[in-house]
Amino acid sequence: MAIWFARSRTLVSSLRQNLGLSAIFIKHNYSSRRPVFTNSQLSPRVFLDPFSSYRHESTAVETHPYLVQQSDHEDDAQELDFPGGKVGYTSEMKFIPESSSRRIPCYRVLNEHGKIISDSDFIPVSEKLAVRMYEQMATLQVMDHIFYEAQRQGRISFYLTSVGEEAINIASAAALSPEDVVLPQYREPGVLLWRGFTLEEFANQCFGNKADYGKGRQMPIHYGSNQHNYFTVSSPIATQLPQAAGVGYALKMEKKNACAVTFIGDGGTSEGDFHAGLNFAAVMEAPVVFICRNNGWAISTHISEQFRSDGIVVKGQAYGIRSIRVDGNDALAVYSAVRSAREMAVKEQRPVLIEAMTYRVGHHSTSDDSTKYRAADEIQYWKMSRNPVNRFKKWVEDNGWWSEEDESKLRSSTRKQLLQAIQAAEKWEKQPLTELFNDVYDVKTKNLEEQELGLKELVEKQPQDYPLGFHN
Amino acid sequence: MAARIHGGAGAGAATALSTFNPKKLVAPSRTNLPAARSSKRYIVAAAGSDASKKSLRVGHSQKLIANAAVATKADTSATTGTGHELLLFEALQEGLEEEMDRDPHVCVMGEDVGHYGGSYKVTKGLADKFGDLRVLDTPICENAFTGMGIGAAMTGLRPVIEGMNMGFLLLAFNQISNNCGMLHYTSGGQFTIPVVIRGPGGVGRQLGAEHSQRLESYFQSIPGIQMVACSTPYNAKGLMKAAIRSENPVILFEHVLLYNLKEKIPDEEYICNLEEAEMVRPGEHITILTYSRMRYHVMQAAKTLVNKGYDPEVIDIRSLKPFDLYMIGNSVKKTHRVLIVEECMRTGGIGASLTAAINENFHDYLDAPVMCLSSQDVPTPYAGTLEEWTVVQPAQIVTAVEQLCQ
Repeated sequence: MAIWFARSRTLVSSLRQNLGLSAIFIKHNYSSRRPVFTNSQLSPRVFLDPFSSYRHESTAVETHPYLVQQSDHEDDAQELDFPGGKVGYTSEMKFIPESSSRRIPCYRVLNEHGKIISDSDFIPVSEKLAVRMYEQMATLQVMDHIFYEAQRQGRISFYLTSVGEEAINIASAAALSPEDVVLPQYREPGVLLWRGFTLEEFANQCFGNKADYGKGRQMPIHYGSNQHNYFTVSSPIATQLPQAAGVGYALKMEKKNACAVTFIGDGGTSEGDFHAGLNFAAVMEAPVVFICRNNGWAISTHISEQFRSDGIVVKGQAYGIRSIRVDGNDALAVYSAVRSAREMAVKEQRPVLIEAMTYRVGHHSTSDDSTKYRAADEIQYWKMSRNPVNRFKKWVEDNGWWSEEDESKLRSSTRKQLLQAIQAAEKWEKQPLTELFNDVYDVKTKNLEEQELGLKELVEKQPQDYPLGFHN
Repeated sequence: MAARIHGGAGAGAATALSTFNPKKLVAPSRTNLPAARSSKRYIVAAAGSDASKKSLRVGHSQKLIANAAVATKADTSATTGTGHELLLFEALQEGLEEEMDRDPHVCVMGEDVGHYGGSYKVTKGLADKFGDLRVLDTPICENAFTGMGIGAAMTGLRPVIEGMNMGFLLLAFNQISNNCGMLHYTSGGQFTIPVVIRGPGGVGRQLGAEHSQRLESYFQSIPGIQMVACSTPYNAKGLMKAAIRSENPVILFEHVLLYNLKEKIPDEEYICNLEEAEMVRPGEHITILTYSRMRYHVMQAAKTLVNKGYDPEVIDIRSLKPFDLYMIGNSVKKTHRVLIVEECMRTGGIGASLTAAINENFHDYLDAPVMCLSSQDVPTPYAGTLEEWTVVQPAQIVTAVEQLCQ
């Protein structure tokens, strides 16, 4: 009893002290603790200097500082045995605070003016690579703009832009190898673009014509190409996360030098599949890189209404997954982080979580008008002042690798190519009737054959009621 | 009409009418399948004396009255005379093990399938033999490990996903419906998903409503998947092997109460056709269509009916999606009367779809309306007597046949 009263006095006094903080810590000032994961977790000498070759040291991540403050009263030598291993005990009742007093900082290399921040750790990017990255980011911008307009003109039924997230799209793709299997959400066409999908192929999928690899069966933007190791986009959110764990598992079983890379938005992390996918990948020790594009909005739901944690990066540790928060609008930072994560995933056979902070400049899709739920000047601010493409462009230009002439040439030729692609895709005939029933199974079942026959007969009887080219 | 043994063709129609695509056949060098056999009649012995010994024991001491029908010793003689006797769960394991030996891409995932050997011991010993990465114990999240299996399948593996109980796969419905069934189609054929999803389902012995689900009702609408239900050790092994070899996603329904059925099965390798039904007892007066556990209730009723002078034709439909309308149709054309006996609920079950299919296709051949005996539209109660009344019993089957054959 006496002990309890003594305790409670300290409790009360420290509570008064800590009223400002959300913690109920009794003693130390929590804010002096280092955040859970910094880039100093990697050996400080990992990136020696920008001009040396990349060297990665596997670090003993298990020894990183705990979130819970070690108190003086704790008897470190005394441990308890429980399923799951030994755990020290303490007689002080301490709750882990719901949030750290300092948010996990995000890793950034380029400042807003496109200048490299001094003493940055990053993997150097050659001129060739940098120029290609910039070109692809600009192409993605033009592609988004033109397809969006095409939808507004009624030429395609639907489109989803990646405006504001070009750095995540292209820089992550550039950091991967072609054998890495990509499982997208839906806002990552840049990854496919990087891998060599042509503008014509994009257009064909959006128009669902005969040349579409998906054979006209999916909505626009649901690209997929086994050739490019890019799994077909599936609309339900987060279903690709456990599948990524499965891909990682398969790659691990076959001992391939490749990893699974999967993308998710901030909203998608609320899905059960996020928890499951990360947990499974960790337990299986599967080589998966989870990239979360935290762009602030899930249609009209702001992240403050989506979760109460410090973003997504803090969730990684809950699953035993190494994580990092990255400035998603900084192409160089994204490149370095994804490249490192990929190496870790493959060499150490473990999952890695990357939270890329960014902003969704465009509407959720062509079915959305985001000015209904957010301020127009907020959108404008991110579009103009925090534009990832402009930021990277400044760096590339400062290095003397890009000029205004290159810029106008690229944009006008891409624009022209796109318009031509759209015109061609529009004119291309649609899929024949047979494609309605193919690929449901490997070989058609009897009932499908009957149904196909029935439909064919119907169309032959009244061809005037069906669009041209609908029947064989 | 016999239960023919075939190599695994694709999901073509019932054999005689299918557009046979030789490319889809398993390469002959990889299997040593016997040549297609001539009629192999499969007769369930009338003797039910050793019924109670065959364990349907789920640890209850209640009288196994009519339910003893399930335990009739299946008396098949492999035509060669040799063969070995085993229980149904061992047959499933044998099939699974043979396929894992044959193809290194086949793997197993599910809860407690590894060292524990699975809740019904279907995967017993496999983790020791193949390692615990290939026979993977997963955390508890059905949607996750089903999704994981799908992702692995799209990357080249052939996962066998076990649901500890079929009812739990309701949690995996999203992955099964939106991805498993769809991705081959929506990707334009670029990705195949050769998964097998299997597990015990059906009404057990007082397992409660949540553990007595008949998922075949819910899944039957999903395009892109195939569904089969095994009922004997022979077809359990054959269907397991065929399902693993199929390029389509297949859901294999096992029944909680049938795992301890004993039968002698051939020593040689064989597989069963996924789209074929099985002729259990040829007859002239009436066609009784059934599957899984109800097959045994029907055969129990058949004994009584034969004594009363009826000659029922009993077909175990086995293939729940798609139906083997060829065998069913031939039977209807012969007998002109159909009784469907199922364990599904009345509304929206397999029986409901089968009734519709028969009416649509064979209306002219029917002398009486198709009758369907199913469970009532109630959650399965726990109390033993209530549970018994919720499952179609042989006495009801006899009454129904008498009614139809008037």
